[in-house]
Amino acid sequence: MELEKTYHKYDVIIVGAGLAGERAALAAASSNLKTAVITKVYPTRSHSGGAQGGISAAIGNVDPEDSLEAHMWDTVKGSDFLGDQDAIELFVEEAIKTIYEYEHMGVPFSRLPNGKIAQRAFGGHTYRRACYSADKTGHVLLHTLYEQCVKHEVSFYNEFLVLSLMITDGQASGVVAWDLRNGGLHIFQTKAVLFATGGYGRAYKVTSNALSNTGDGLATVLEAGLPVEDLEFVQFHPTGYYRQGILVTEGARGEGGHLLNGEGERFMKKYAPEKMELAPRDLVSRSIWTEILEGRGIDGKDYVYIDLTHLGAEKIMERLPQIRDLAISFVGVDPIKEPIPIQPTAHYSMGGIPTNKRGEVVIDSQNTVMPGFYAAGEAACVSIHGANRLGTNSLQEASTFGRIAGNNMTEYARKTEFLPVDEEAVKRAEDKVRKLLENDGKTHHYHYKKELQETMYEKVWIFRNEKDLKEAASIVKSLEEDFMKNVKIDDKGMLFNLDLQEALEVHNLLTFSQIIIAGAINRKESRGAHYRTDFPKRDDVNWLKHTLAWRKEDGTIKFDYKPVVITKYQPTERKY
Amino acid sequence: MKKTLEVFRYNPEKDEKPYFQTYEVEVYEGMTLLDALNYIRWELDGTLTYRRSCRSAICGSCAMKINGKTYLACKTQIIRDIKSDHIKVEPLPGYEIIKDLVVDMDNFFDKLHRVKPYHITHTPPPEKERLQSPEEFHYINEAADCILCGACVSACPSAWAGKDYLGPAALLKAYKFCADSRDEGADERLAIVNDRNGVWRCHYTANCMDACPKDIKITDYIARLRNMLVQDKL
Ligand SMILES: Cc1cc2nc3c(=O)[nH]c(=O)nc-3n(C[C@H](O)[C@H](O)[C@H](O)COP(=O)(O)OP(=O)(O)OC[C@H]3O[C@@H](n4cnc5c(N)ncnc54)[C@H](O)[C@@H]3O)c2cc1C
Ligand code: SF4
Ligand code: FES
Repeated sequence: MELEKTYHKYDVIIVGAGLAGERAALAAASSNLKTAVITKVYPTRSHSGGAQGGISAAIGNVDPEDSLEAHMWDTVKGSDFLGDQDAIELFVEEAIKTIYEYEHMGVPFSRLPNGKIAQRAFGGHTYRRACYSADKTGHVLLHTLYEQCVKHEVSFYNEFLVLSLMITDGQASGVVAWDLRNGGLHIFQTKAVLFATGGYGRAYKVTSNALSNTGDGLATVLEAGLPVEDLEFVQFHPTGYYRQGILVTEGARGEGGHLLNGEGERFMKKYAPEKMELAPRDLVSRSIWTEILEGRGIDGKDYVYIDLTHLGAEKIMERLPQIRDLAISFVGVDPIKEPIPIQPTAHYSMGGIPTNKRGEVVIDSQNTVMPGFYAAGEAACVSIHGANRLGTNSLQEASTFGRIAGNNMTEYARKTEFLPVDEEAVKRAEDKVRKLLENDGKTHHYHYKKELQETMYEKVWIFRNEKDLKEAASIVKSLEEDFMKNVKIDDKGMLFNLDLQEALEVHNLLTFSQIIIAGAINRKESRGAHYRTDFPKRDDVNWLKHTLAWRKEDGTIKFDYKPVVITKYQPTERKY
Repeated sequence: MKKTLEVFRYNPEKDEKPYFQTYEVEVYEGMTLLDALNYIRWELDGTLTYRRSCRSAICGSCAMKINGKTYLACKTQIIRDIKSDHIKVEPLPGYEIIKDLVVDMDNFFDKLHRVKPYHITHTPPPEKERLQSPEEFHYINEAADCILCGACVSACPSAWAGKDYLGPAALLKAYKFCADSRDEGADERLAIVNDRNGVWRCHYTANCMDACPKDIKITDYIARLRNMLVQDKL
């Protein structure tokens, strides 16, 4: 089968149209570079739009005592000391600029009576520093950036799925993408390319993430022979609606919601007698899961309740209208009358494509830069979140490092020439598609996804141990092997082939999930979101370091490590 | 409990004309229509094609016609919201069909782009934020809820009649910027919507509000845009 090929040339190519991608695109386009954004969903449908809570910056509109030092310390401590402090320092400074810039672009922020941007409290932040727009913060940021990109004439390739990264003479030289709407391969040559492909919650059965969050960028980078960093750190949010894991925002606990087990007991008193429901995310998630494991879930099942009924109809209607609306729409429960069934949900990926604080992708433990290649947002690992991210820091990270990386790639593209097409990358992309279209396998790709998601949920979840992890490793490895031989798609057409897209995504999930598992097996300590029941303590002597992992051609995994950048704060015990 | 889904199918690559295909789905309390479509795709028939991403009513991908009315598939409870055991699922009307439930939204976005849908200022920004009172924020807050799902345009008789009509979503967007106390581009935008294919084509049938999954009072805002024009002329 011959696949049609179309060639394009742009000064810069950005993969992903969430906050990180759009912010980077804006940087390049407003410097008059010929800029294209490639995205598998319409830009405004990117997952960033789902963020409700807020975006952090120590602008001190509500708590004037807030400071850069305080924001930095909270982030370092939240990261369980795995965050790189040089990047965090830059981040908290630039965050302030990012907020005012957004405001000048017209973002509708909620306001204080004095007309300044309103700020609210969020877990792990000492001061009220979450800027927000009602309960749709990510949505308004995403739409505003999109509008700015339209104004600056960014070219959008919507509903294009990037399949491979082109590297020519050790330099990133473009990407190969599949046109979902019409079929056909598109080869984008460029001087600089940025990956802002977002998170990978879909590796799990229960997740707060959109269906499109399949970690494609990570798989693509691994396939190109480059490493990923700290993938073993997956954040589990304590409160997702039962079954699907759609997020119940932290606000529900902030406003006084109680967590109840199957015996009607407010169990947090056993785990965090002072902070109770407002203890940090990783601790609350572990507490809920302990209740469930010990048989005290509701009816012995894998969920508990968050009870808001005692808050009364008035307060719920006024303060938590969106939560009520979602509970009614998505689980059919009215929180004014009944408690909401919830369970912890896979939420955020701390690890990703390793970059330095300029947004340049680095490819080894010496932080060697790959020229022309940039990454930002949830797909990247700078690393400001270390082992655990604080709420509201990721919209900010995507925005701030999107801008920084965008500016740096602009500068780089200005003094660079186009490179020849990487034919091997074109062939890799072509092979993937053809194999699926031509294969007469017997097992639909969904089977593999389901098995993977169950396995990750059963064995690579909140509590981990060597035995489970090793089992998971062997299950997922054989799933991938079987996928390569026996996978089937029902739809063999060229036109808007969602079946093909999903199969390609499933393979991506299978690829990087093996790295999550192997990283979790390796890391024999508990830090932030990574908890090993067989190694329940943090071990700074052996593990105060970042994991780098490569996938070799035969599918085996190679590891290396790089030191954490520590400037101001020496690690101490993380107590709340 | 089982329900029957009768789903619109059309793949121009191989079908001469559209048809309906019937699937039986075991439904449960809490299941959304999107869950049901996913079940069909993943367990019964991988060729069924539709758009979806967030599955939490914020990305705007999954608007479709369900038993004759427009809904977001992900926000529709299959037991509670759909009383009938027989569910007819069709693409958003008024758009060209690409395949099955996937429609061509290009025209929708093109119209949106026409109203200068971005913040315009001429005075240089202050060092920090431009001030805006909570009341001023309130004027634009609801209009900013729009998720660009396209349902309003699909429900609008004026849009059916006039292909060049900017349509409710683009007008709502124009309102959002014109009503923003910080924006200085109202004149430029009002000049665009002051057209027989702009605000004057709206007949306040209010179908758009009925269709809007975010319950935005769209026609009120179109009326306010008109008021801005009228006031301007005085
Ligand atoms: C429910 C929820 C609530 C949240 N709330 C908050 C909050 O209140 N505050 C906060 O700070 N953070 C929050 N987060 C986290 C935050 O939203 C994300 O980390 C952030 O938005 C990621 O932005 P991004 O630009 O990196 O990626 P995304 O917004 O996920 O965008 C990824 C982009 O990549 C594109 N893409 C991916 N793969 C491909 C491919 N193969 N080819 C082409 N395009 C591709 C997609 O189309 C998309 O445009 C929340 C997360 C969730 C799940
Ligand atoms: S106004 Fe409502 S119906 Fe129209 S596009 Fe926006 S959200 Fe959808
Ligand atoms: S899937 Fe996003 S609105 Fe329904």
